[in-house]
Amino acid sequence: MLRTKPWTPYLYLAPVSLLMLFVFGYPLIAIFDFSMRRIRGASGPFIGLENYRQIFKDEVFQQAILHNAQLLLAVPILVLVGIVLAVLLYERAAGWRVYRTILFAPFIIAIPVIGIVFSNMLSLNGAVNELLRAVGLDFLALDWLGSAQMALWSVMAIIIWHEMGFGVVLFLARLLSLNEEIQEAARIDGAGWWQRLWYVTIPQLKDVTEFYAVVSIITMLAWVFPFVYVMTRGGPGNATQVMELYIFNFAFRNSLPGIASAVAVILFLITLALMIPLFQLRARTEMEGVE
Amino acid sequence: MSVREMQAALKEARSTARISVPRRQVEWSLITKQLVLLLAAFSVLFPAYFMVITPLKTQEAYSLSKLGFPTQIYLGNFETALRGGRFFLWFGNSIILSVGAVALSTFVAAMGAFATSRMNFRGRNLLLSLISSLMVIPPVVMLIPLFLFLTRIKMISTYPGAILVYAGLLAPFSVYLLNNFFRTIPHEIIESALMDGASPLDILFRIMLPLSAPALMTLITVNMLWVWNDLLIALVLLPEDSMRTLMVGITVFGSRYNADVPVSMAGMLMASVPIFLIYLLGQRYFIRGLVAGAIKG
Repeated sequence: MLRTKPWTPYLYLAPVSLLMLFVFGYPLIAIFDFSMRRIRGASGPFIGLENYRQIFKDEVFQQAILHNAQLLLAVPILVLVGIVLAVLLYERAAGWRVYRTILFAPFIIAIPVIGIVFSNMLSLNGAVNELLRAVGLDFLALDWLGSAQMALWSVMAIIIWHEMGFGVVLFLARLLSLNEEIQEAARIDGAGWWQRLWYVTIPQLKDVTEFYAVVSIITMLAWVFPFVYVMTRGGPGNATQVMELYIFNFAFRNSLPGIASAVAVILFLITLALMIPLFQLRARTEMEGVE
Repeated sequence: MSVREMQAALKEARSTARISVPRRQVEWSLITKQLVLLLAAFSVLFPAYFMVITPLKTQEAYSLSKLGFPTQIYLGNFETALRGGRFFLWFGNSIILSVGAVALSTFVAAMGAFATSRMNFRGRNLLLSLISSLMVIPPVVMLIPLFLFLTRIKMISTYPGAILVYAGLLAPFSVYLLNNFFRTIPHEIIESALMDGASPLDILFRIMLPLSAPALMTLITVNMLWVWNDLLIALVLLPEDSMRTLMVGITVFGSRYNADVPVSMAGMLMASVPIFLIYLLGQRYFIRGLVAGAIKG
């Protein structure tokens, strides 16, 4: 530690603290205040919990919450796909470096690009259905994003497509930091591939799996706006309405920031609740060899 | 047994273990593994293939076959796309915002991280855990007060307004990463600089930051990508047409050319090529940075 004058550390921390007070501190207090006012323009009268009563009565908001909950089904899929692909790369399958580059690429590509490419590919007479018809799966050629029954599932598949690479790289980094002797010992004892996956690898990955699951849960609840905005704008009808889009629409389209702030408060409290397990897990997940 | 003998024995054990598995079984498992990886790679490359070949077709050729290879290469879609969208303006705006925000956040975060990693003060641990918990909060939660505040001080649709917000959003991750990295720098180096009469500022800028070059590269890459790919904040804080970022621009562009898929894909391809090239060149920085954000390192 440096020996400094007592106020020096605070001097160094001042700029970044001011910036964070402006972007996090003030807004996180303000949303509670806004959520209890009927705001027109910049401010408005105090109305207690009226905004909350309004949103919980609103069917569109109920659907939005339900859809976010439905998107959570992607979490186990992401975990499973991530682990399996990471293990295959870890075992140095032929061309594993090339596969790693390819599998991680979707995570880099901008979501609007992904959204526009997929909405063209998934249209009724688009590329995906052309492929399905070509291999004789005509009955599967659906209106993926245009029908209320399919739209949310299609959005979910595209989110998985985008997020998958992160899980692969995360699990791979963890595997590379593990002691290889245990895997080797299991192999010598005659354990097959599945046995090793189930009894050795998955237990070894427990911490990072839990961590990734919590991160993915937060993603599904609070980071899906660009997918929905670009591909469906919440439609058809409200079939892909989610909480973030609801906030966006009420705050910046319908000019009702009070209502939108009430939803923002709810979303904030949800992430806050998820943060507790996240930090316990991060503290336990020590690792090296991220490469 | 000496170490060398043990290694030899281990090697021997490994090779017998491998041989003892019947050969046919080995081949089958290799084939299955490759099939799984190929399937995953195919799912990634299929949209990429679509995005690359579609702009090379005329509308007519596209309507006949969505997936077939173009019989003759047509470049007119790129021309139409460049006339229909202000790509250079959008690129310029995105570059200004991401460079500005990353420069500002890296600078203030480095100063903050220097204090949290190398100086003693009251509330240090509390501050560090507060900062890392801010990383998780989705920006949409803060957006309404930020929008109203920036409107009131007339900073909506301005570079400084958006840069301040982006830099603030990047700050927690930046402090967290730099704090962890600064801690790994051996104290002896700092000690000897102190003996030579260096001030804390000298130590930060002449010693800590140069020694942190790899961590800085990682941080800058990941943060740039974050600002570059953001849609929500740009949509809300930069509503004027002339202030559109590439992400907002292509979103509008995509809905305008909804019916003309080859032109739309020409736009998407042009918007993605630069980032993709940077990814291929600096892959390890992307991977390292994104993993480092998730893991205590």
